[in-house]
Amino acid sequence: MSALGVAAAVRSGEVRAVDVVEEYLARIETRNGELNAFNLVMADEARAAAAAVDACVAAGDDPGPLAGVPVALKDNMCTQGIATTCSSKILEGWEPPYDATVVARLAAAGAVAVGKTNLDEFAMGSSTENSAFGPTRNPLDTDRVPGGSSGGSAAAVAADLAAISLGSDTGGSIRQPAAFCGVVGMKPTYGVVSRYGLIAFGSSLDQIGPFSTSVADSAAVLEVIGGHDPFDSTSIDAPAFDLRSVLGRGVDGMRIGILRELSGGTGSVDGISPDVQARAAAAAEALEAAGARVQEVSVPSATLGLSAYYLVAPAEASSNLSRFDGVRFGLRVDAPTTGEMMTATRTAGFGPEVKRRIMLGTYALSAGYYDAFYGKALKVRTLMLAEFASAYEQVDLLLTPTAPTTAFRLGERTADPMTMYVNDVCTIPSNLTGHPGISVPFGVGDDGMPVGIQLLGPALSEPTIYQAAAVLEASAPHPGGKEGR
Amino acid sequence: MSERITRNEVIHVARLARLSLTDTEIDEFTGQLGDILEHAADVEALDVGDIEPTSLPLPMTNVLRADVRRASLARDDFLTQAPASEAGQFRVPPILGEEP
Repeated sequence: MSALGVAAAVRSGEVRAVDVVEEYLARIETRNGELNAFNLVMADEARAAAAAVDACVAAGDDPGPLAGVPVALKDNMCTQGIATTCSSKILEGWEPPYDATVVARLAAAGAVAVGKTNLDEFAMGSSTENSAFGPTRNPLDTDRVPGGSSGGSAAAVAADLAAISLGSDTGGSIRQPAAFCGVVGMKPTYGVVSRYGLIAFGSSLDQIGPFSTSVADSAAVLEVIGGHDPFDSTSIDAPAFDLRSVLGRGVDGMRIGILRELSGGTGSVDGISPDVQARAAAAAEALEAAGARVQEVSVPSATLGLSAYYLVAPAEASSNLSRFDGVRFGLRVDAPTTGEMMTATRTAGFGPEVKRRIMLGTYALSAGYYDAFYGKALKVRTLMLAEFASAYEQVDLLLTPTAPTTAFRLGERTADPMTMYVNDVCTIPSNLTGHPGISVPFGVGDDGMPVGIQLLGPALSEPTIYQAAAVLEASAPHPGGKEGR
Repeated sequence: MSERITRNEVIHVARLARLSLTDTEIDEFTGQLGDILEHAADVEALDVGDIEPTSLPLPMTNVLRADVRRASLARDDFLTQAPASEAGQFRVPPILGEEP
């Protein structure tokens, strides 16, 4: 059942939230051993929250738009009194003293948090293999990765271990795993969803968004978690979107651009596999058949996104992760002096990919290299903003594949960091520009694994994106989302 | 192996980042960081002289809140989560190797 279906049934009293949550906890019990989607299952808290929702319904009060909907939270979002690990050893034993704004808003809307999901350590990765708690597996083929870094959240929804989940997207970490697991994943405009209580990776890039099995569920979750938050100084001072009202409007007359540099043909970056290219072409045709005007659009600087990102994101990470020094939270490895304690703690607590990015970022920010690398990467962002702005004068939305390939096999890309990084080539530009992007499942590749199609738009174009995403969903060759389809 | 970053630079950067690397890790990172920087050569080579840098994608100025007193989180809730605390403060080993 969809999240909105669960909420409607619980609100009307037709179904009890406690029964819904038991059903989900039982499924988690059965599948999580194999999938490793959850770092922590919040069974007691979930049962108590569900009982409170039922009590609210029984009393005739409004339990909220997501009443009784089981939700999984990426384990880089703070939950008061409940371990929050970022899938890192360095946060061992730490229980945040407060809830992230998104966690509080979901609870206030009646959603029931069932657990914290696995991720690449500190959200650094594209496969959820860089976790201190072991890799998550793709529910559609357990020899394959679920994508990353929000792989646990994507796998949880794809296997119906949660009706919806939250992820965070710094370079594609919601959209790429959504594509790999055959679910819907949305990265909103930077500043639409509060980052208060999200443990920071790249502060100018990070944005929280939902995973779901349908476009309507995605819109419903964004309506709940979006909107201004005074606790996040980068939060846009505007109310949450009204999104569900636009879903049935169709795309008649909408202008959609195929982004040449990220679509695999002439003038594109390399590495986008032919079966994925074919699905993207079919998606464009489907939108055209529904009345959209489709044309090719060029954004030359999109090819620079990957390079700029792997300077900006590690630079911000090296600064953000300096707070993990054994003084205030989590792990401490004892040593005779504070300096030695900090080095010993960080050396023992961080995994190899996190160390690699801290090293890269520290280098890019260090004296003598700042202007050549970090400074230039920031100028590339300006260039990209200008070129995307002119693209959005020609079209309303841009279309690309979400990822260059379908889900790859575990271990296939762990040896060489660059082969992992290129996974994000299509998703990174909208993090650098702060623009929204959604991934919608649209059929399968030659290997039978799902292909995601990405729709991009200018800042605050979420209503237009959801409007077109609903059309893509309706015309997709498979219902999309659940395994065993 | 790329020569964009030297072994000594890797050792220097690790010290700045407070990470202690084994010899194997230093070799590995020298190669891997070199490859990544090689990929970033397209950015490094770009002529972007008069373009203003963008550090935050959306136009935002500093945000101030109203000067009104409000409750904050309790100090002890943070201190109990720290590896060590004493007398309402975080406790750390001696700094600069001196006895406390």
